[in-house]
Amino acid sequence: MTKYITKRVVYMFLSLFLIASFTFILMKLLPGSPLASAAKLSVEQREVVYEKYGLNDPIPVQYVRYMGNLVQGDFGTSFQYKNVDVSYLIVKKLKYSAILGAQAIFVGTIIGIILGMIAALKQNTIWDYGSTIVAILGISIPSFVFAALLQYVFAVHWQILPVGLWDGWTSSILPSIALAMGPIAIAARFIRTEMIEVLSSDYIMLAKAKGANWFEIAFKHAFRNALIPLVTVLGPVAAGLLTGSLVVEQIFAIPGIGEQFVKSINSNDFSVIMGTTMFFSVFLIVIILIVDILYGIIDPRIRLAGGDK
Amino acid sequence: MEKVIEVKNLELSFHTFAGEVKAIRGVNFEVNKGETLAIVGESGSGKSVTTKSIMRLLPESSTEFKNGEILFGGKDLLKISEKEMQKVRGKDISMIFQDPMTSLNPTMPIGRQIMEPLLKHQKLSKADARKKSIELLGLVGMPKPELRMKQYPHQFSGGQRQRIVIAVALACNPKLLIADEPTTALDVTIQGQILELMKDLQQKIDTSIIFITHDLGVVANVADRVAVMYGGQIVEVGTVDEIFYNPQHPYTWGLLSSMPSLDAAEDKLYAIPGTPPDLLAPPKGDAFALRSEYALKIDLEQTPPMFKVSDTHYAATWLLHPDAPQVDPPVGIVERMKTFPGSRYYTGNAGGAN
Ligand SMILES: Nc1ncnc2c1ncn2[C@@H]1O[C@H](COP(=O)(O)OP(=O)(O)O)[C@@H](O)[C@H]1O
Ligand SMILES: [Mg+2]
Repeated sequence: MTKYITKRVVYMFLSLFLIASFTFILMKLLPGSPLASAAKLSVEQREVVYEKYGLNDPIPVQYVRYMGNLVQGDFGTSFQYKNVDVSYLIVKKLKYSAILGAQAIFVGTIIGIILGMIAALKQNTIWDYGSTIVAILGISIPSFVFAALLQYVFAVHWQILPVGLWDGWTSSILPSIALAMGPIAIAARFIRTEMIEVLSSDYIMLAKAKGANWFEIAFKHAFRNALIPLVTVLGPVAAGLLTGSLVVEQIFAIPGIGEQFVKSINSNDFSVIMGTTMFFSVFLIVIILIVDILYGIIDPRIRLAGGDK
Repeated sequence: MEKVIEVKNLELSFHTFAGEVKAIRGVNFEVNKGETLAIVGESGSGKSVTTKSIMRLLPESSTEFKNGEILFGGKDLLKISEKEMQKVRGKDISMIFQDPMTSLNPTMPIGRQIMEPLLKHQKLSKADARKKSIELLGLVGMPKPELRMKQYPHQFSGGQRQRIVIAVALACNPKLLIADEPTTALDVTIQGQILELMKDLQQKIDTSIIFITHDLGVVANVADRVAVMYGGQIVEVGTVDEIFYNPQHPYTWGLLSSMPSLDAAEDKLYAIPGTPPDLLAPPKGDAFALRSEYALKIDLEQTPPMFKVSDTHYAATWLLHPDAPQVDPPVGIVERMKTFPGSRYYTGNAGGAN
């Protein structure tokens, strides 16, 4: 197991290195500069700034310097905010995004599991169709549509929740719901398929032959077996939340990382774009690693296969 | 003799997209106390469906019971409520399935899986159920049972898993044990061990067994009586000796001829020509007629009734009708019949076949 994890961690750093290099090159290929909007600067002033930040050096030199700093955990400073460390910026904004993301994934997955269970246990009834429709809507409608809809209904029309900005926990409710639609849909569809497959398996037949009633069949025997593989979709779900948050935070003007990322792209804030990209990458890669390890822990077949060797 | 279960005129269909599958078309049999009845037949002949209908384990949405009753303990199992049925399953009647690799819950320790019926039906305390489970594991020949209670199915071999399934099935001392091809998925040496175990346990706990198999070789070993099934019907039933040494139905002849035997010199195995009947549109008359070289004209028109051969032996073939022409079974079958007192080829004391 430790050997496996070590190997995974090595791969993780390799991926991060590639992502950092690739993003760096892309950034340099893009037109525009952090100072493009600062039209008032004279050519000389511009030169001074470029010199100060090393932007006049050949790109390979910039690359080596940037990567060197990165390895030491230095993301550089922002161009749009004066003398603000990128890492400080990320940590400050992380809180809001983390609250939204955690709420969305937690509530979304639970609701999704419930919907999926109902659909599987009441297969081909109105319950099943209802929950399938919810799932299809959740997958096919982008979260910003939900965001706008929720904003209109709850904040503008009924005025029971804030329209936007961060003003305590109530501000997180609507964006979290908008973000949760994806996890709800994915979990519901996944659990439905898994449950139906598990319910038709031999060991469920044997459980019935032992005299189990439908409740024991569904919850003592089938549920755990259907639930375990759900862990594997948590990776894609987290990725979906991440991209969703870019837009949803924008719509609700939540001062989170997603919003910051979009802002930095608009202002060509090179070091913040690099920093947030790296942060997102680390986040996703770590989630996927955790998911794999978790899967090994909760599935006895994998757990022991790993433990024996 | 006391009957444990009696299946009368069972007829059932599955409703599928392709149409109505007439899977069971009038099945009658009974199992006496303490005996083993083997049901044999090619795959698709309706063996599993018959036994699953006893346990009422068929998919409710697509199964239609058209006729018949299943009498068990003075009740018709087809009429009682699902709740009452749950009290029968695992307690009075239990079941062993074909594939031990998939019949245990992969995420539940095997100890809990054995304890389950004990907790449910016998209302034992957890500690007592645990003790009894360890005992059962020992009974089915599992070494170091108390150490293995916490282990998961994947930590056991196929043969061991089938032993666990047997322990589960026997937990509540059922009156009837249904074993649906319990050795088919195992390799030959393990097959033998499991068969020995089942015979051994039957003596110890005095249960009746319905033993399903498509392998006649296994039958001689375990059964008291044999029912031969074809196309959703029982075409011949008798004691093991009657079926092996005085078979009457051409289908039984075919099954016996296709059995590999140790002393047969030829390396080519006989196979019954043709394919089993399409149960979406079962043929008129004797369902086996189209594959049989012994078919009479009437076989294509009218379903043969069960003709009595002896008090324990019945066969559904027009060949047994008094007006039917005399035909000789395949040579191998005649050889068998020569050794059976009461068969028309018996050479025991008189000598010379007619
Ligand atoms: N759930 C079902 N729906 C439709 N047809 C079925 C179903 N179960 C069994 N059958 C059909 O019933 C017939 C008998 O099957 P089965 O009893 O499983 O045969 P076997 O003798 O091999 O155990 C087969 O033709 C099979 O295709
Ligand atoms: Mg079968």
